[in-house]
Amino acid sequence: MTPKERIARRVAQEIQPGTLVNLGIGLPSLVASFVPAEAGVFFQSENGVIGLGARPPEGMEDPDLTDAGGGFVTAVPGAAAIDSAMSFGLIRGGHIDLTVLGGLQVDETGHLANWMIPGKMIPGMGGAMDLATGARRVIVAMQHVVNGVSKVVRKCDLPLTSNRPIDLLVTDMAVFEVAESRLILKEIAPGLSLEDLSSATDARFETAGDLVTMA
Amino acid sequence: MIGGFMGVGTPRRIIEALVASGRRDLTLIANDTAMPGRGIGKLITAHAVRRLVVSHIGLNPETQKQMKDGSLDVELMPQGTLVECIRAGGMGLGGVVTPTGLGTELEDGKRVLEIDGKQFLLEKPIRADFAFIAARQSDYLGNLEYSLTAQNFNPIMAMAADTVIAEPEHIVPVGVIPPDAVRTPAILVDHLIERAR
Repeated sequence: MTPKERIARRVAQEIQPGTLVNLGIGLPSLVASFVPAEAGVFFQSENGVIGLGARPPEGMEDPDLTDAGGGFVTAVPGAAAIDSAMSFGLIRGGHIDLTVLGGLQVDETGHLANWMIPGKMIPGMGGAMDLATGARRVIVAMQHVVNGVSKVVRKCDLPLTSNRPIDLLVTDMAVFEVAESRLILKEIAPGLSLEDLSSATDARFETAGDLVTMA
Repeated sequence: MIGGFMGVGTPRRIIEALVASGRRDLTLIANDTAMPGRGIGKLITAHAVRRLVVSHIGLNPETQKQMKDGSLDVELMPQGTLVECIRAGGMGLGGVVTPTGLGTELEDGKRVLEIDGKQFLLEKPIRADFAFIAARQSDYLGNLEYSLTAQNFNPIMAMAADTVIAEPEHIVPVGVIPPDAVRTPAILVDHLIERAR
């Protein structure tokens, strides 16, 4: 299992049965494969479907049925097709139980930056700002360190996605809860010491009394 | 403005005609610019667009290149704000009052309103001279029915432009689309162009 798959598997444990969940493109989209079908979870894709299913078998693709990344998908029984205004009304209006977003940086107050690197990479925010602002619960799934640089920082120097802090951060090294604008370390990856984690993390964090190993 | 999401539910035939017409310096409002060679991406590659209002350009390197070399002005908006501003434009509303973008750099130059103790950003309605939209089918009057995720911005944009040109996959006799299935009533649609097979 790759580090990204391990992150996705851990995030999947946060998904409650019978909820409506939006997964961002990239790493977060891997989460769906770790959620059992019997959980009765409906996935929303902001381009206009509630009840996103798996990739269709080759030759069975419908050109009018894709996910937010433009990839072919299926719709599960009970799915609904909606327009973009309804889709974002659901997001902004607090009807989405949980969103899982990718991140460029998360800081020690729980703020997320994930839509541009000025002068370098400007993909645009797409639906991320609405999701980070309007979903009932926001989880960020990202790698802890990229090219030797910690993505868990003291203060985001990249443009923020929302002024609302996220609720949970899941990386390949740890799980942090955000409580009252502070990061609380709840779980640490197997084989990693607190010192290892601290040196890989720019942000200051507190350690929960009931710290456990990530499963 | 042109409907579509990463090329899905986008009026391909109209886009090709627009590229062939050689029009330049267009202002384009859309969710994204798809990819080079696909849908709206063709207009970007043809350098037909001078100003772009979109939520996402990450999958079209040509858009990013033109933005960097200064030949294309790009205004990025959150997708939910963009669609709601277009909806407001079509529905005769004076603005959109949204929490999205508060406390971010999108706040610059915009009014922040406090309503019942909560803060919101005021965003202005968006309208266009033309809306080019895609649909699954239309009857001869222009009543439109959409398909799955090919709906996206299309029914919203159909209300927010002076001239609306729809590109259905099929044009069928009046009566084939039952009233309950009509998402965009024919009074909103000025012209129909059936998608080439």
